[in-house]
Amino acid sequence: MSTKLIDNETENRGGEDGTQVVGHILQPGVDLSHKVILYLEAISVSFDGFKALNNLNLTIDAGELRCIIGPNGAGKTTMMDVITGKTRPDAGTCFFGQTLDLTRMTEPQIAHAGIGRKFQKPTIFENHTVFENLELAMKTDKRAWTSLFAWLSQEGRDRITDTLKQIRLDQEADRQAGLLSHGQKQWLEIGMLLMQEPQLLLLDEPVAGMTDDETERTGELFKSLAGKHSLVVVEHDMAFIEQLGGKVTVLHEGSVLAEGNLATVQADPRVIEVYLGR
Amino acid sequence: MRTPFTLRFLAAMPRSGWIAMGIFALITMVLMPALHLFVPENSPFHVSNYAITLGGKIMCYAIVAVAMDLVWGYAGILSLGHGVFFALGGYAFGMYLMREIGTDGSYHSHLPDFMVFLDWKELPWYWAGSDSFLWALFLVVAVPALVAYVFGYFAFRSRIKGVYFSIITQALTFAAMLLFFRNETGFGGNNGFTDFKRILGHDITSPEMRATLFALSALVLMLTLFVGRYLAASKFGRVLTAIRDAESRVMFIGYNPLHYKLFIWTVSAMLCGIAGALYVPQVGIINPGEMSPANSIEIAIWVAVGGRGTLIGPVIGAGLVNAFKSYFTVAFPEYWLFFLGALFVGVTLWLPEGVVGLWKRIRARVAA
Repeated sequence: MSTKLIDNETENRGGEDGTQVVGHILQPGVDLSHKVILYLEAISVSFDGFKALNNLNLTIDAGELRCIIGPNGAGKTTMMDVITGKTRPDAGTCFFGQTLDLTRMTEPQIAHAGIGRKFQKPTIFENHTVFENLELAMKTDKRAWTSLFAWLSQEGRDRITDTLKQIRLDQEADRQAGLLSHGQKQWLEIGMLLMQEPQLLLLDEPVAGMTDDETERTGELFKSLAGKHSLVVVEHDMAFIEQLGGKVTVLHEGSVLAEGNLATVQADPRVIEVYLGR
Repeated sequence: MRTPFTLRFLAAMPRSGWIAMGIFALITMVLMPALHLFVPENSPFHVSNYAITLGGKIMCYAIVAVAMDLVWGYAGILSLGHGVFFALGGYAFGMYLMREIGTDGSYHSHLPDFMVFLDWKELPWYWAGSDSFLWALFLVVAVPALVAYVFGYFAFRSRIKGVYFSIITQALTFAAMLLFFRNETGFGGNNGFTDFKRILGHDITSPEMRATLFALSALVLMLTLFVGRYLAASKFGRVLTAIRDAESRVMFIGYNPLHYKLFIWTVSAMLCGIAGALYVPQVGIINPGEMSPANSIEIAIWVAVGGRGTLIGPVIGAGLVNAFKSYFTVAFPEYWLFFLGALFVGVTLWLPEGVVGLWKRIRARVAA
């Protein structure tokens, strides 16, 4: 076994045979040694004086399925923007696993590290076919130079076919994505997320515009993904959240108002105040 | 099993495309030069000097149009400054042509005439090596590429898009024009370069040279189309169109749009440079007027008229608009710009997909 050493200091602490190393070695990829995949600590973001996020603290465990609810303007989408690198926080830290500081990474780097995001409004490549949408999302070397000579392998083709079946779009593979129904577009975007093989999935209102049947199937899919992946789902649909059954976090005015299982949260007087009061 | 690279390369174009390419090659590289060189001038089949030069010129424009389509039609980047890359290529080759004049200029000096006129005693440092044909060929590609790369890096890194990007490119070409207008810049000021005599020792006005330049322009046009086809059919091309349609989605699935845009932008500038270098010996002059903002806008009009994102459309557009221009500027010289403006408005309103889109609609209607 050969362990690559990163600096002299670590090398000096190496074992007698030079292979065992005591101390911390920066491994590529996300470090889940503490069973936590995402740390948001004291995050604040303001736009022209409006505090979209106000001292937000949130941790997501590895393999967890977390639902986030909150009234409009509570900061749910801004939180996702911070995690994916679209918005830089004014204050606070944001770590992916133990080692990756998301506030210092670009959007593509964060995507490569293993965070996938589904937007509130389905965002797919409307002029490409369903198949091509999945092909573009597939986890692979995504540098410009490689893509000039890239050729889809049989394994890649099989993976796309499997995902097409999973999102029930196998009949639509060669159809232009812009022609799909709203619900199908949502599924396609989820499929693109799966092709990325992310460790953490951020899903912004994934079942908006879906039929009850589609919603239920989406719930089944998410539940089957939890454990292997970690999921953060922002939703308004309470029946859907109940179906998912994970821990629920309530956001209000940019910070966490309550956290717990759905029943506890719904019984919390502050939550009732925020949703029903005024 | 992996498909060999050569096969993939060939598969980038359908068979009908290869056949059309073959016919075009036969006409432009065999038939037209032969009719120009070997058929006597009084014969009705003779291709005149004027026709062969005009044809060569339009093919150079067509190369620029295809290069423009790669950035505008595929990557959604509307450049209104592509004329600057064309002119830089032209100037780079023009330097060589000026040196090939040797001592045959009006002042019988080793220096180009305009330098003698300015009372310069020696060549400026950046003219070093300009008497070498190979160095000129290198500059033709390298100078536009470098300018495009540096400009593109800062613009794309700052995520400048849409109309803002277009305006900055207009400013770029305008600034370059002002710079080249100055005598001190060392490129002949507002007169530019002209009175060329030779390329590689051969007379530049001889029928053989004209036929050669014509055939070369056709060859480069075909290569440009082919490279464009390959890029569009590759995964690179699919990522480019994805960037055009939904850039943030592309970023969140892990592609860095900066590198994709920068690559196609630089390739496009290089193609323009080559087109400029072929253009200058055929028309016999290069001056800062080529960098005027209006010229660059005209390039965008060729592409819009032909049809964006189709590659062949811009070739047709460049041909149509310039054929019109040749006629119009003689028949009604003062109305040409009005006509051009009206054409642009008309195409935008009624033919958003250009001539190629019109053709597709007609075919669909006939089929239905």
